[in-house]
Amino acid sequence: MSTAEPDARTQPVASKLRPWGLAHHFESLSQQQDASYFGMWIFLVQEIMFFGGLFTAYIVYRTANPTAFALGSDSLDLTLGAVNTAVLIGSSLTMALAVWAAQTGRRRTIVVFIILTILLGGVFLGIKTVEYGHKWHEHHVPGPSFHWDGPEARGVQMFFNLYFAMTGLHALHMVVGMAILAAVAVWAWRGAFTPGNHNLVEGLGLYWHFVDIVWIFLFPLLYLLGRHAG
Amino acid sequence: MSSNETAPTNYLNADYGVRSWLFTVDHKRIAILYLIAVTFFFALGGLMAVLIRLELATPAGDLVQADVYNRLFTMHGVLMIFFFLIPAIPGVLGNFLIPIMIGAKDMAFPKVNLASWYVYMAGGLFAAWSMLHGGVDTGWTFYTPFSTAFSNTYVISTAIGGFLAGFSSILTGLNFIVTVHRMRAPGLTWFRLPLFVWSLYATAIVQILATPVLAITLVLLIAERAFRIGIFDPALGGDPVLFQHLFWFYSHPAVYIMILPAFGVISELVSAFARKRIFGYRVVAAASVSIAVLGFLVWGHHMFVSSQSPYAGVIFSLLSMLVAVPSAVKVFNWTATLYEGSVSWETPMLYALGFIGLFTIGGLTGVMLATMGIDIHVHDTYFVVAHFHYVMVGAVLMAYLGGLHFWWPKITGRMYPIFWSKISALLVFVGFNLTFFPQFLLGYLGMPRRYHAYPDEFQVLNVLSSAGATVLGVGYLIPLVYFFWSMRYGKRAGDNPWDAFGLEWETTSPPPTFNFPATPKVTLEAYDYTGRAEARLARTQPVRSSP
Amino acid sequence: MSERHHVTGLAVYLAVFLALMVFTAVTVWASFVHLGPFNDLVAMAIAFTKATLVVLFFMQVRHASRMAKITVVAGFLWLAILFGITLTDYFSRGFLG
Repeated sequence: MSTAEPDARTQPVASKLRPWGLAHHFESLSQQQDASYFGMWIFLVQEIMFFGGLFTAYIVYRTANPTAFALGSDSLDLTLGAVNTAVLIGSSLTMALAVWAAQTGRRRTIVVFIILTILLGGVFLGIKTVEYGHKWHEHHVPGPSFHWDGPEARGVQMFFNLYFAMTGLHALHMVVGMAILAAVAVWAWRGAFTPGNHNLVEGLGLYWHFVDIVWIFLFPLLYLLGRHAG
Repeated sequence: MSSNETAPTNYLNADYGVRSWLFTVDHKRIAILYLIAVTFFFALGGLMAVLIRLELATPAGDLVQADVYNRLFTMHGVLMIFFFLIPAIPGVLGNFLIPIMIGAKDMAFPKVNLASWYVYMAGGLFAAWSMLHGGVDTGWTFYTPFSTAFSNTYVISTAIGGFLAGFSSILTGLNFIVTVHRMRAPGLTWFRLPLFVWSLYATAIVQILATPVLAITLVLLIAERAFRIGIFDPALGGDPVLFQHLFWFYSHPAVYIMILPAFGVISELVSAFARKRIFGYRVVAAASVSIAVLGFLVWGHHMFVSSQSPYAGVIFSLLSMLVAVPSAVKVFNWTATLYEGSVSWETPMLYALGFIGLFTIGGLTGVMLATMGIDIHVHDTYFVVAHFHYVMVGAVLMAYLGGLHFWWPKITGRMYPIFWSKISALLVFVGFNLTFFPQFLLGYLGMPRRYHAYPDEFQVLNVLSSAGATVLGVGYLIPLVYFFWSMRYGKRAGDNPWDAFGLEWETTSPPPTFNFPATPKVTLEAYDYTGRAEARLARTQPVRSSP
Repeated sequence: MSERHHVTGLAVYLAVFLALMVFTAVTVWASFVHLGPFNDLVAMAIAFTKATLVVLFFMQVRHASRMAKITVVAGFLWLAILFGITLTDYFSRGFLG
């Protein structure tokens, strides 16, 4: 066993003023930033396909049960749904502004906007919980206790299967996003991000906007599709 | 692993201890972690295969009962597909070679790379836990409603295992795509990339776009089984055929996640041992990408006998045959590369030649199965079993072993015993054909798959198949022994034992932690053996292959 | 790729936010109008417009590299493959009569 004296060949290429925060395997900050941005997009593409499976199920079952889906949709609280849409779009704005603050090197502003984003996300999830509570009391949650007065009970139950699967998965993504946002807020407060090096804020921003986009499609598909009939 | 006093510092002896391995972010060490893990799961899946072949040696169900047999073939499928075939070549050879082949210090996201191994191991734990508690009997396809409403086995934990393995595969693919895009050395343009990198890039596209659909399908399956949120169960208003659509949207492209990296390995081997640039380099590269894309359009050929509409079936049938075109392009181009090449019969080349033959049989029977009329006749028979084993084992496993024999001296710095390696390559080839060719005949004669007992007239062919499996097993055990042996006692291999072309052969064996003393500059096309020879002549002294 | 590090101005963010809110109001209003099969079409067209705004401005794809744009488009294209080919089955089942 050798006492492994560091060999010149194994040492990282000599650092001629390596910028702070540049990982060992990248040549420059801009390469690192490009890789991070691109990597996040690749991740989001797989998220698109992940939700895509659910949307496929939605299309197939809605085509098979158009009336039942309209009935189920009508039983949702449109006001709460619309308010939630506005809240989530608002959180997307604050997230975009947090990224803007990071790009322009405003440390306190990053923290403020991230906290606002978390708060708006909390409002969204709070309203969602109220809605879930209503559905629970109305026995609209699929399972043995499901009850539907009127025709097409099976089709309506399928609507609620998909409603809970889709909104539940969406909410789960928000919870994960909010947890990471909280950690990033702490790092931002400690000054971890600079205009040249804020990949985490930017990547998280992309993720948050993606979650917003999913809701932008869920809102009309779940809340609006039966309104004109009623 | 011994390193004598003169060994230069490399990724193996740069640090010691279990911690230095379990917390490493070095892509080469992560590759070794994968090597250990996939070998373990291969052995486990192989054990199931041994029991299956033992049971089928006699017509009666005498070794195991039907329910145990169902669990055996299910666990064999789950382990081999999710925990061996899918991670094997990308996880081991891809992780080790991609950064070196493109002249980078590491993957774009080294921590994500390590995380993907842990996620994979977590999935493996779930699968192993399920197995220890009695396994699953649904078949690796988890078809509903059997899996959600009727099976009394560990469907949920196995599905979680598959979900995690899939997530690990997504992270690996993400890393490969970004690495190839953003980490290439100066001068290494897209059309100078080794074909192994091209094929793994194409694989990564499939991993990113297909695997999430499996993930959501398994989530819905788990929700249906656990909470009766019925998306697929007809008793709850669902459609089981939708499950098959979503499942095969992933699981057919998954075939390309397994076979595309194998194509890449074979391109490297054929070029290195024919001493020639791959014939039609650009076409072979484009074929990888077009297989990846076409692979998404054909999943319905698994569903010809479900209640899928026959019109959709016709479309799927025609599209499936299209995949044969780029696949054939590859086979023809490898053959054309051999033509007038100076072919040497080293061990990796034996595997490569075996691959070309076996893949051709596997591919052509695939075209037969894509024809609806034939498929309906042989659906769920041993013909299908033989077909996909020719592709999965005959092609993918041969390529994996060929690649391992090719790059082993680079990975460990040691050479394995040549004589024994050639013996084992021959045993694998002979044993494989003896195992699976009779299964084509069995299937054509009408023996259905997934039964533990069969009529007496099928016994001769089944005994042949079981005998072949024994030979095949010996063929796999020999490399396991001599690879271990070579790590300590093997001859030192030198930096470029095959005198092959490529950046990986220009660094030391084993490579240093950051792969190269300085970022290399690439001036030659891929596999430009002529250009390299001229460059060597020009320099009067023996130097490395490309400046 | 340096153009990606372009900083979008605050006014743009606010304008996009307002547009998204207006579209939300419009889609709620439109859902109460009887348009027959066009109700779905309108709702989806508005949702697509909103999503495009978010992608281009909030996610800054407008200033991103060509590769990032291709990636985004590929994601939605593959979603279309998943929907489209699955539906060829469901829609052609009726052909048998």
